[in-house]
Amino acid sequence: MSKELIRLRDLCMAFDDEPVLNHIDLYINDKEFLTLLGPSGCGKTTTLRIIGGFATPTSGDVLFDGVRINDVPPYQRQINTVFQKYALFPHLNVYENIAFGLRMQRRPDPNDPTGKRKVKIPEEEINQRVMEMLEVISLKGFEHRKPDALSGGQQQRVAIARALVNRPKVLLLDEPLGALDLKLRKDMQIELKRIQQQVGITFIYVTHDQEEALTMSDTIVVMDKGCIQQIGTPEDIYNEPKNAFVADFIGESNIIDGIMVRDKVVKMYGREFACLDGGFAENEPVDVVIRPEDIDIVPVEQGQLVGTVTNVTFKGMQYDIIVDFRGFKWLIQTTDHSPVGARIGIKIDPDGIHVMKKSQYSGMFGDYSSFSEEYDELDDASLALDEEESGDEE
Amino acid sequence: MKNKLSHFAIPYVIWMALFVVAPILIVVIYAFSSASGGFTVANFARMGTYAVVFTRSFKLAIIATIICLLIGYPVSYMMSKEGPRFQRIAMVLIMLPMWMNFLLRTYSWMSILENNGLLNQLFQKIGLIALYNQVFGTDLQYFRLINTQGAVVLGMVYNYLPFMILPIYSVIIKLDRSLIEAAHDLGANTFNVFRRVILPLSLPGVLSGITMVFVPSVSTFAISKMLGGGTEMMLGDLIEQQFLGGAYNPQLGAAISLVMMVIVVVCMWVMNRFGEGEEQAVMM
Repeated sequence: MSKELIRLRDLCMAFDDEPVLNHIDLYINDKEFLTLLGPSGCGKTTTLRIIGGFATPTSGDVLFDGVRINDVPPYQRQINTVFQKYALFPHLNVYENIAFGLRMQRRPDPNDPTGKRKVKIPEEEINQRVMEMLEVISLKGFEHRKPDALSGGQQQRVAIARALVNRPKVLLLDEPLGALDLKLRKDMQIELKRIQQQVGITFIYVTHDQEEALTMSDTIVVMDKGCIQQIGTPEDIYNEPKNAFVADFIGESNIIDGIMVRDKVVKMYGREFACLDGGFAENEPVDVVIRPEDIDIVPVEQGQLVGTVTNVTFKGMQYDIIVDFRGFKWLIQTTDHSPVGARIGIKIDPDGIHVMKKSQYSGMFGDYSSFSEEYDELDDASLALDEEESGDEE
Repeated sequence: MKNKLSHFAIPYVIWMALFVVAPILIVVIYAFSSASGGFTVANFARMGTYAVVFTRSFKLAIIATIICLLIGYPVSYMMSKEGPRFQRIAMVLIMLPMWMNFLLRTYSWMSILENNGLLNQLFQKIGLIALYNQVFGTDLQYFRLINTQGAVVLGMVYNYLPFMILPIYSVIIKLDRSLIEAAHDLGANTFNVFRRVILPLSLPGVLSGITMVFVPSVSTFAISKMLGGGTEMMLGDLIEQQFLGGAYNPQLGAAISLVMMVIVVVCMWVMNRFGEGEEQAVMM
């Protein structure tokens, strides 16, 4: 998990003078599951395409095992890609789709002492490796089917096998689960993680789905507007977001203006709250993130803050409650029902409060005034659409 | 007939019955009739006499189809790689001659290829004919261009080339870009991407292009008459003679037509089978 495999050094990219990537610095370790996460147009697909060799950066370097590979064409890189819409060859059956990469390979002839002569991979070995892959993706017996006779999930798995059979050092996955339905997507998330651990190679995964990223990744890189906003483990990203953008993009967040009175004390709504953060200037304005599940509802007289319930949604495992605190609406997730219009008190433990420095994103997120159930899903759908368009660039 | 919209197909069905099925039936009936109207197979017995014409027609049509394919495929492939503006202009240029009547186009080739035509005048001016005479010790006034098999093939290629380019181009242009990227990603160089992905996937376009060039070529009669000068008689001319010419014999004409149709259908069927086989073969 520790050896560095890929490094992006000061990577910049522009399409028609429109900057898409701004000074990206990133290293990726061997055998790591790394996710590039961000909304459409954040530059994550472009980053992936640069690593795959399908796009050339305007400036900056791509290093693979310490060697600069900017000008190495895709077919000479030890990297394979699983494309967004699978891109299986429709005229070839499953077996031949998976065997495609092996048939393209030439390697030194073992019988040639000079080692200069190149030979094809023998048919028995191709057969053995393809069958091995079919086992990995649990599609044995499907080898003679054409891709159009497979379901979306099966096509997805063939696309993964087709890339993995070449034993690349890195597998790139461009929103591979975007076209699957929710249930299948959840299954495939687990499946993908299992495959990654089984074959033991680096996966670089692009998605706009924060849940997918949290489920599968060792490391998440959150991107927006062509810049890296935060790099960290899923726990770090969720618990210690660097700015309001990350806090809002990963999970649900109430983001409130606050003032850091001194270490471990933050002031919101004119009231001091105990927290665990420090290292800020005295009375520095800050953004305070409070996750909806970290808020306890208590009787009014015991509450640190008192507000009015304006909306209640039953979500199965919990209620999503929107509470108005002096005009700023919070989202609270709780198992206890409170009726609309009720006055309630809330209590937040010190470890439920996370303080962030002010950033360009301050004031843009974290208010649930426009909250509605459909809102999130609509947003997701439009993101997926945008992403397709941006994928067609060039 | 469950679909209500299928009612709109009725005029077409009637049209098909009147102008496609009925004429073919009439051709079949005529082909098996004697001049007096009785049943006979005598018309087919005479077919051997025309073997030369059959061979010539198929030979010229095959040559024209191959030339169309050799020109048409690269043109389609290169067009598909250019920008949309170039593609639009190229498309207009390819279609442009088709806005003019087929006979007029062929007439203009006559005036180009004639003994005193544009080409020969040009060769005269630049001294090509004199050079040829000097080198080969001949005494030509002009090159014999018109009234040759070459002129007939040229006429076919010129007239039918768009029918080769259009289907191939429309298949290639619709190929998913990501398939090509995927092939590159899996280690295929440009040549292998073409051979393993683009070529097999464009095969349906090639097959329909071949059909659309070969079928009209094999039965053409105006081109061979005008550019072949009647000396290189082809099937179309032969059939025409039986109906409109001095050799008036519609029963024989129908029999020749029928044999030609059967041969063409068999050719197409074999080729389509071969096409499917090719797809499999490319896989291996």
